[in-house]
Amino acid sequence: MNGYLHLWLIPLLPLVGFLINGLLGRGLPKALVTTVALLAPLGSLLVVLGNAPGFFAATARMNEPVVETFGTWLNVGTLQVDFSFVLDQLSLVMLLVITGVGFLIHVYSVGYLAHDKGYARYFSYLNLFLFFMTTLVLAGNALVMFVGWEGVGLASYLLIGFWFTKPSAASAGKKAFIVNRIGDVGFLIGMFLLVANFGTLSFAEISTRLSANPAWMGGVLTATALCLVLGATGKSAQLPLYLWLPDAMEGPTPVSALIHAATMVTAGVYMISRIHVLFDHAPRALATVAIIGAATALFAATIGLVQTDIKRVLAYSTISQLGYMFLGSGVAAYSAAIFHLMTHAFFKALLFLAAGSVIHAMGDEQDMRKMGGLRTKLPVTFWTMTAGVIAIAGIYPFAGFFSKDAILAAAFEQGTTGKVLWFVGLLTALLTAIYMFRLWYLTFFGESRSPQVHPHESPLSMLGPMGILALLSLAGGWIGIERFSSFLQPATGVRPAPASGASQELLLSALAVATALLGWFIADLFYRQKPARAQALAASAPAAYRLLANKYYVDQILNDYLVRPLLATSNYFLEWVVEKAILGGAALLLGGIATFSGMLLQRWQSGNIRSYAAWLATGAAAVLLFLIVPWATVLANFGIHLNTAGH
Amino acid sequence: MSSLLTQDVPLVWYLLLSAALFTLGVLGFLIKRNLITVFMSIELMLNAVNLSFVTFAHQWHAVKGQIFVFFVMMVAAAEAAVGLAIIIAVFRARATLAVDRIDLMKL
Repeated sequence: MNGYLHLWLIPLLPLVGFLINGLLGRGLPKALVTTVALLAPLGSLLVVLGNAPGFFAATARMNEPVVETFGTWLNVGTLQVDFSFVLDQLSLVMLLVITGVGFLIHVYSVGYLAHDKGYARYFSYLNLFLFFMTTLVLAGNALVMFVGWEGVGLASYLLIGFWFTKPSAASAGKKAFIVNRIGDVGFLIGMFLLVANFGTLSFAEISTRLSANPAWMGGVLTATALCLVLGATGKSAQLPLYLWLPDAMEGPTPVSALIHAATMVTAGVYMISRIHVLFDHAPRALATVAIIGAATALFAATIGLVQTDIKRVLAYSTISQLGYMFLGSGVAAYSAAIFHLMTHAFFKALLFLAAGSVIHAMGDEQDMRKMGGLRTKLPVTFWTMTAGVIAIAGIYPFAGFFSKDAILAAAFEQGTTGKVLWFVGLLTALLTAIYMFRLWYLTFFGESRSPQVHPHESPLSMLGPMGILALLSLAGGWIGIERFSSFLQPATGVRPAPASGASQELLLSALAVATALLGWFIADLFYRQKPARAQALAASAPAAYRLLANKYYVDQILNDYLVRPLLATSNYFLEWVVEKAILGGAALLLGGIATFSGMLLQRWQSGNIRSYAAWLATGAAAVLLFLIVPWATVLANFGIHLNTAGH
Repeated sequence: MSSLLTQDVPLVWYLLLSAALFTLGVLGFLIKRNLITVFMSIELMLNAVNLSFVTFAHQWHAVKGQIFVFFVMMVAAAEAAVGLAIIIAVFRARATLAVDRIDLMKL
């Protein structure tokens, strides 16, 4: 690569779009709003695409990341933080996904929100999101990344609460924001620890410093890494901070597709890969990541089995798939995690867009129990959704198979713990296939359960992006993990070579596909052949069913044991004791003192001129008396000597 | 040529007269209830002070004291104009000139 790449254009174009539509959008004609909104991500995509060939060319310099600095932000003591962007293989892949999928979803939104009052506002928020997300990905140091990190949280909040007149949407937005704050505290403390131990926040410098000291392991590095993991679990909706993502489905469906499936929620995975050298030196933190990932994957998949809201099924499946990415990162297979991130962006965005198309067709109905039989009425939606379902289930030759297989294979290599994690991953794959085909059967097969609704296929602006994403869901994985890893190698390090032979790998892949097919078969058994079977099973184990349907009661437990006591403390203790008694009492006391002394002093200000004059005359007389009378002599007569008279 | 001031009447007499006038002024100010009388008492005090000034100026052959007297007379004239105007305004508003009943800083 040569010359200046103008990386600043990538985030700036969406920002310009945000400013135009955000400030003037209400007064502009709709066609102009649409043009601005679509040109912004398209421009960014073109800039990214223009820069991409340099990384594919087999030149000697392709291993070096492109760093562009736009000035110094902070210069405090020995700490210097620059406004710097880095383009390397890792950020390039992320940018392609973000701007590519982002552009498709912008196009889709034109159709989906065509009749919404907040059309311009919606697109300005969406452009704002792209601005922050590209900043996050391009960041060359942790502080710039944090700006993007917080910014996508803001955009997410704004878009979840887009229909803010609905109380559930407004509170879902707040919930997402607050839960994310908990993770952000971890990220912040992690940054402080980085500054304390490295004196820099630049990713490149930290990597260099660590690579120069291979013996530096554990200890403070583990603490730093764990703090960053807390940040990642918040943004990527992992245990224990996953709670906000299901509620985030209150936002418009394209938003769920872009922010809460394809891009923003993968920021945690990206962050771990970006700073992976630190994690390589903190094996315990890495193991924690793997365990969190596997646990979340299984946990969310079980909840996904019984959800009835089509978007919530997809939300739990997103959490579960993000768990896979964490699992991949946790076994140091960063390239596999990023690979899954990419394919997941394709098929999960597709699934959400198809679900949006279904919801649109059903007149904003999200309950799968009221759908059914849509296969013939929405043929394009059906076929694209089918591609997404097969891809997420991990059936050859769709994209999900390749990436999920890479993660599971990497986990299998990691000794006994790895085998357990691999088994959890495989079990999750089974559950994934079951709930995704359940969604598929409930929505598209059988008889329509809402005969009064007459669904119609969505406009071309919605079907087009779905078609492109369906192709990507099919072919996105064909590049293969080997080639993908060797491409990412300069950024994510050498992928640990599989110790076992090709036969074992083939066996594992076959097992994974067999598991997925088994899941399909089970779903077929329960939801197509005899839908009554599902109810019978639920009735035979009511406790287990209720546990899952209530999402393990986590929300209720947190509400009862955390939120309620906090609210009670605020309402009773803080309001009555601190606010009213202590603070209010202090204010009243001070006011009382002032009033009382005022009452006393008021008597001097009688308004009677003669009393003033009398005081004045008395004062003047007193001064005269003091000045004229020779006090030393007078007192000496009474035997009192002032100190001067003692000599 | 001899001056009555320096030859025949000693300095202290003038000062005693000045002090007596001043005390009368103060007493008048404190005792009298009519606003105009109070006002006249102030003039009396000013003139008592003027007499002291003139006395000392003559004693020390310093012209400063005499100049100061002119200043005082000038200010007293201005004060009389403003004061009488205020008194008329007060009388119009309250229909009284009793000092004790004029105890608010508003009309």
